[in-house]
Amino acid sequence: MPSVHFEHIVKAYGAVTVLDDLNLSVDDGDFLVLLGPSGCGKTTLLNMLAGLTDVTDGRIMIGERDVTDLDPKDRGLAMVFQSYALYPTKTVRGNLKFGLSAAKLPREEVRRRVEWAAQVLQIEPLMDRRPSQLSGGQRQRVAIGRALVKHADVLLFDEPLSNLDAKLRTEMRLEIKRLHDELNPTVVYVTHDQIEAMTMATKIAVMNGGVIQQFGTPDEIYETPANLFVASFIGAPAMNLKAARVTKRDGRVAGVFDGGQTIALDDYRFRATPEEGRPIVVGMRPEHFAPPGAPLDAAAATLDLPLQHTERTGSDATGYLKFDDGLLALRVEPGHAARLRAGETVRVGFPRGKANLFDAASGERL
Amino acid sequence: MTDLTVTEAAAGATALKRRRPAARTRRRHRGLNGRSLAVLVFLTMCALFFCVPLYVVLTTSLKTMEEIRQGQIFALPDTWTLEAWRFAWNEACSGITCEGLKVGFWNSVRILVPSLILSISLAMVTGYALALWEVKWAGTFLFLLFLCAFVPLQIIMFPLIAITRSMGVYGTILGVAVVHAVMSMPVLTLIFRNYYKDIPAEIMNAAIMDSGSFWRIFGEIILPMSGNILIVVLILQITNVWNDYLIGVTFGGYNTQPMTVNLANMVTVSTGTASYNVDMAAALLTAIPPLVVYFLVGKFFVAGITAGAIKG
Repeated sequence: MPSVHFEHIVKAYGAVTVLDDLNLSVDDGDFLVLLGPSGCGKTTLLNMLAGLTDVTDGRIMIGERDVTDLDPKDRGLAMVFQSYALYPTKTVRGNLKFGLSAAKLPREEVRRRVEWAAQVLQIEPLMDRRPSQLSGGQRQRVAIGRALVKHADVLLFDEPLSNLDAKLRTEMRLEIKRLHDELNPTVVYVTHDQIEAMTMATKIAVMNGGVIQQFGTPDEIYETPANLFVASFIGAPAMNLKAARVTKRDGRVAGVFDGGQTIALDDYRFRATPEEGRPIVVGMRPEHFAPPGAPLDAAAATLDLPLQHTERTGSDATGYLKFDDGLLALRVEPGHAARLRAGETVRVGFPRGKANLFDAASGERL
Repeated sequence: MTDLTVTEAAAGATALKRRRPAARTRRRHRGLNGRSLAVLVFLTMCALFFCVPLYVVLTTSLKTMEEIRQGQIFALPDTWTLEAWRFAWNEACSGITCEGLKVGFWNSVRILVPSLILSISLAMVTGYALALWEVKWAGTFLFLLFLCAFVPLQIIMFPLIAITRSMGVYGTILGVAVVHAVMSMPVLTLIFRNYYKDIPAEIMNAAIMDSGSFWRIFGEIILPMSGNILIVVLILQITNVWNDYLIGVTFGGYNTQPMTVNLANMVTVSTGTASYNVDMAAALLTAIPPLVVYFLVGKFFVAGITAGAIKG
């Protein structure tokens, strides 16, 4: 399975430059997720790899081959589209076969591959139906099957799950993950859904405004976001980002929030020691807070805040506390959440070494 | 009609919501009111406008000349006879040949078939290329097509005659068919192009990644999706070609003239008595084929639209 390299990619539509000098490499067998909000250029990047959009400047390599100017069908790729894009007048079998017979494979080989894909995706009973007779999940399976039969080295997915309901999406997520583990192709997967990214990817590239904000493993992206955009984009409920200033007390670095509360920051691994008084943003993940009422001896910050409301999401619950002008979200045990009352003041602690710090002006990680 | 009643019901519903909800159902089922009565009267008048002449033509064609001379054009025939129809089909004179309308009928068929094949296949592929592939100067080309669609035949008639003559097809069946095909190309291409433009881009992208062959994608993916628009264009083009007179009379030679020209020659006799019954029968015979096409294919047309074949 080959690696994929984007080298100095530029994409311009007339005078508007969408992507400027973008570099990205995917190792073979990797599951790369391009993650970002709508209009961040992730689909453009995928389409350029697929050959559906021209590259203005730069080079795309698949393995050792320069595919920048190759026809889509000669690139050794297969793609799954957001709207499934099944051929409406063909049966499921016809949909799977079309790409293979177009590639002039022997009849026996075509039959073998179609049967294999049907079995892998458990769509054997549907083979003679037309797409209009299938449900959304079944169509998605067929669309994936159509990509699998080509035995392509690189599989591309363009938001394949966004048209499915929540339950099916979870199922298909596992299914795609399982296929990747079994067949181990190189995958480039575009989505705006961070859960899909976190659960399936081996590498995530977070994009915004045509620029890759951070490239790394899901853990790296989640634990050490490179800037404020990544910090606020990844995580649900989102990371609490609160403005503060750097102070030094007895030689120890601490942060003072605008509301006067302090947070000890001497465990934080600064890239460069920040000067006193520098405006920063402190990022705190909701799940890192010590639950209300738990021992707070080693906490970096202890906050007494009134509870605004709680939100139950099945296996989890989130409490929202009033903090300055905004809210502070923290994860609470669902059983505990039921006992909390709105308006009640709660004492919560934030542990040492868990905070993420960003420069308030540039948004970059400190 | 439907629109009217819907808006009215909606307006009535909102107005009545403030009053008693019980009155709502009764209001909805109310029968005629002023507005729908006016619409009905108007539609009846329209229908009569077409039906009365048709009635006269039909009854006259079934009468004998004796009866026609009595001058009661609205009366039903005393003796019903198909003699005029037989005569019009087999024996009526057009110019100096007296072989009836059947000559013109078969000429029309022989013009229709090649012109249909030529115009539809060309327009289809051109529309497909313009809509779904990146064609250089596609915008300019479309604009030109659009202009061409509005050029009347009369303007380019003389050059066209010269061209067809130099090609050696002037006065032949093929010549008439080719001129028909050329004249209808712009509109048909635009129709196909607009239809194909609505095919989801992702289906086309998938096909390009699967095969990338212009003709293979056309034949296996796009053509099977074109059923509805084919029927629309077929109806349009059959009516167009069959009912044409000007191209037929200009480009058709002796004995290669279509049915309409044949009919006109038959009706405009300068000697002898005018046989109204034969004229009427001939006119009906000429008008029947497009009607038959409407009734046969029109059903598929409506069914195709309501089935929503693009879904999925």
